[in-house]
Amino acid sequence: MAMEIAQTVDAKGLSCPMPIVKTAQAIKGLVTGQLLEVLATDPGSVKDFAAWSKTTGNALVEQTVDGGVYRFVLRKK
Amino acid sequence: MTAVSEAAQTATAVEAPAAAPEPAPALESEGEAKPRDILIICYSGELEKVWAAMILASTAATMGKVRVFATFWGLQSFVKDERRITGQNWMQKMMSFMQQPGISHRKLSKMNFLGMGPWMMMRLARQYKAATPKELLEIGQAMGVEFIPCQMTLDMFGLTRDDLIEGMAEPVGAATVIALMQEGSAPLFI
Repeated sequence: MAMEIAQTVDAKGLSCPMPIVKTAQAIKGLVTGQLLEVLATDPGSVKDFAAWSKTTGNALVEQTVDGGVYRFVLRKK
Repeated sequence: MTAVSEAAQTATAVEAPAAAPEPAPALESEGEAKPRDILIICYSGELEKVWAAMILASTAATMGKVRVFATFWGLQSFVKDERRITGQNWMQKMMSFMQQPGISHRKLSKMNFLGMGPWMMMRLARQYKAATPKELLEIGQAMGVEFIPCQMTLDMFGLTRDDLIEGMAEPVGAATVIALMQEGSAPLFI
């Protein structure tokens, strides 16, 4: 079943570490299990989101790239 | 410095047996282990070093507990931007005059060119939407980074708590910093 995205963070154009910082700030407002979508253009964010998800326990459930825009979906721990 | 290298050795020793050929063994260890606290000793006052410290501090705050111990030239970044001359005696006042305190007045260690270098850095930061040290400091504060002033530096430069930005923790000394490292905080000296 496809869960609904609770919130989207538009971090397009932002440089490190702002995509992660904005994500962390947004995910605080969600409840466990809710999905957060993040859009970023920073190529470094691919590895950064994997590392961040691993240490914080917020699962990276989806990761796609479309025309230079990276899309991450995280499930709040 | 020994603490840094020992910590690094311990880290590699723990991760080594997991998966040898993997390119990123640090990300391989699964589990619910509590991440180590991060302790950034912010010693330098140059723009590029303060910037790096603020990037790491704000990012680490999204992943766990972070403390920043501001000492020597590093403490100058935590003096209010609008303070021009600080200190009680002529030497302290002269020191603050020669190196304007405040996070918005940091100079580059190379290519400063009377302020041309930092000006270009700020222009580039805006162009590439990179957060400035001041913005990152404010984000860090909002995210719960504990900024701790060094008592000895406050005394030596004749700084008062009122000279420092709002929200700084109680001043401490070296023993507190060493104790945090011994308790397992990952130390960074910038």
